[in-house]
Amino acid sequence: MGNISDVVKQAAGKYRKDPTKMLDVIRDVKASNGQLSDEAIAAIAKEMKVSTVDVEGVVTFYHFFSKNPAGKYTVYLNNSAVAVMNGCKEIAKVFEKETGSTFGDTSGKGKIRLYWTSDIGLNDQEPSAIINDVMFTNLTAAKVKTIVAAMKANKKVQAMAYEDGDGKNQDALIQSMVKNNIRKKGSVLFAPFTPGTALKAAVSKTPEDVIEEMKISKVRGRGGAGFPTGMKWDYTRQSKGDKKYIVCNADEGEPGTFKDRVILTELPEMLFEGMAVGGYAIGADEGLLYLRAEYMYLKNYLEKVLETMRKNGTLGKNAGGKKGFNFDIKIQMGAGAYVCGEESALIESAEGKRGEPRNRPPFPAQRGFMGKPTSVNNVESFCCASRIMLEGGAWFANMGTMQSKGTKLLSVSGDCKKPGIYEVEFGMTIDQLLAECDGKGAQAVQVGGPSGNCIDSSKFGNKICYDDMATGGSIIVIGKNRNLFDVVHNFMEFFVEESCGWCTPCRAGNQLLLHKFEKIVHGHGTAQDLKELEQWCVTVKSMSRCGLGQTSPNPIYTTIKNFRGLYEAKLQKGDFVSEFDMAAAVKDSCKVAGRKPIVEGH
Amino acid sequence: MSDIKFTIDGKACKAKEGQSIVEAAKANGVYIPVLCHFEGLKPAGTCRICTVKVGGRFMAGCTTPVAEGMIVENMTPEIEDMRKAIIEMLFVEGNHMCPTCEKSGNCELQALGYRYQMLVPRFPYLWPVREVIADTPRLYLDRNRCVQCLRCVRDIVTADGKHVFAVTNRGDKTLITIDTKLAAKLSDEMALKAMNQCPVGCILRKEVGYKIPVGQRKFDSKPIGSEIEGR
Repeated sequence: MGNISDVVKQAAGKYRKDPTKMLDVIRDVKASNGQLSDEAIAAIAKEMKVSTVDVEGVVTFYHFFSKNPAGKYTVYLNNSAVAVMNGCKEIAKVFEKETGSTFGDTSGKGKIRLYWTSDIGLNDQEPSAIINDVMFTNLTAAKVKTIVAAMKANKKVQAMAYEDGDGKNQDALIQSMVKNNIRKKGSVLFAPFTPGTALKAAVSKTPEDVIEEMKISKVRGRGGAGFPTGMKWDYTRQSKGDKKYIVCNADEGEPGTFKDRVILTELPEMLFEGMAVGGYAIGADEGLLYLRAEYMYLKNYLEKVLETMRKNGTLGKNAGGKKGFNFDIKIQMGAGAYVCGEESALIESAEGKRGEPRNRPPFPAQRGFMGKPTSVNNVESFCCASRIMLEGGAWFANMGTMQSKGTKLLSVSGDCKKPGIYEVEFGMTIDQLLAECDGKGAQAVQVGGPSGNCIDSSKFGNKICYDDMATGGSIIVIGKNRNLFDVVHNFMEFFVEESCGWCTPCRAGNQLLLHKFEKIVHGHGTAQDLKELEQWCVTVKSMSRCGLGQTSPNPIYTTIKNFRGLYEAKLQKGDFVSEFDMAAAVKDSCKVAGRKPIVEGH
Repeated sequence: MSDIKFTIDGKACKAKEGQSIVEAAKANGVYIPVLCHFEGLKPAGTCRICTVKVGGRFMAGCTTPVAEGMIVENMTPEIEDMRKAIIEMLFVEGNHMCPTCEKSGNCELQALGYRYQMLVPRFPYLWPVREVIADTPRLYLDRNRCVQCLRCVRDIVTADGKHVFAVTNRGDKTLITIDTKLAAKLSDEMALKAMNQCPVGCILRKEVGYKIPVGQRKFDSKPIGSEIEGR
């Protein structure tokens, strides 16, 4: 830890005081200084020549920045729904007991700090935590005790590993305990792939023909929204601009999604080549991989892969051997914000700002990264592009359903015996998937993560595809013995926190939905409350600015639709029902006065 | 360039290329309620009160440009109820005590509340705890009343391009803040501008207040929007 102004000067200088590198500067300062104090924020503002409040705005927007003190060891324990199912609350108690700290305590001193975080892309190996950028999976009480003892003994975090990961997780530059858990291989992602071949095949065609091939394949965006990739590339190609960008959205933040983590680990060449194919198609010479902060442990490895690809001529000058096609890829780290999965928010974040979505029009294809025409595509979409270049659009379009072609990578977690990655052809039913992952007898399946659809067993015959059960990859199996309301509550708390705060319905509406939901679940709701809750969901979905607010009521909205009986069983009955809870209202004052409330008649 | 033809609730309207739905409606004597937009500023689309329906889809009228043949739904019961819901959300999300607020009568949120005949909000009050910022020489910020329209963020910028106001945090903790160092150097004129563009009583000028008595203020005699509809 050095003098703050020196630390800041060095960080700002490293990025040439470029305001679009604000996230990198802040990360470096935090790493050197330990905390983003008011003094550090003021110093960053001075060096970067922006106002202090602008820096503060960025710092307080991202989960992994914040002004909270970091310790020598900072533990981020995941508390997303599946982590709770797998016992993260009990794990938290062990951490607290062993360290003497409490989760979320920002005042405490000491070298071990405990914070919660939501979804770190390890739903198939929960409970899990990130400690100083290192992933700790399948935590147990015994493992936590060992970890805390090692921290107390000032051991290196890397040296605390208690098991090996599989596949490339064992690469010298990753060395992580993370498991890929690839359960089912299909013909698009996990068929053999020879690096270099996809881009060679692409550059043997004209860019227009590459786009045509993508259109023939009918491939749609794999992030969940399902916009046709060929059309997106076509729009971006046709947009006027002296420079264009290809951006890869590797910010998978939808709770329950972890497929991109496995692609980044096992198929980075296929992904980067797909980005080069896209660059060739739209006329870009620069690609950007926006990598979520949680996947920091993959960064050095991915940089090495890029370096190798530059050496063998797949990237760089005359990329893929195509004269005049110069294309390279940079990695931009995120800092922890779900909303940055929205493409325009991702662009804002990549430009060093708060990750607030932009108003459209203009669309990124018209004015995107640095104001230039930009195509933002999902990790898996780029891999599809690589395969399509090798096998052809018609081959790809031969698989799947009418509206959804090819295969889809699913991240399956929750109450099933075989959680992990499944590459399935579109059109598979939920029932078939439950049979394969050994999740039979499920009460519900959350398709597409919290922003998707929570379905009951009567819909398990439905098909996984854009036109029926759409998903960006997240499938969470919820067993018979779970309290479904706990899951819904977890998801809604997530959205209340992850709303970017820009627009009223999402910022205020989600809080109000959560309160109303709690009122019903706690047994104080009436039939009118349930009716209003449903109406308010529609208001938030209709009036919100971006995809986050337009889907954030879904945990409540879809469970009311599919599990109405559960809600109705919670409603008060009788002619007159008071929504006022006397016992709760006087609880605090009774405690102060040392009295016991008389609540009869209420 | 010839005019764009479009309709709002069946009324034939004309607009110029590049005009937003809200601006074009105004030019045609149709009021679309809006809180966050301020003439001359780049629209932000934060409040969502100007939401209209075009081709079955909801969109903000302030950030959507009109297009030839557009059929805009504006005053339908469905949209009007949702707008009222947004106004109510803004009331319960902050701490708005109109009788003791010096902006009463000039406040656009209050005026919208009257226009939409809001008696009691359908939502429970959230009673957030928000700090008042008073350590700048000319302005004080009562953030209990902030509606996060971002007018001040967009409008009050120093000569060298620095933001005097900014947003911090996110989600339910989102809060406006002021750069006290830059605020200390604000001219009288800029301070007044900051106060005047604030639609509510959040940004207030120190030293002077109640220059215009209650009863003679902007919305005391005529409801908000009537200046557009009356044309």
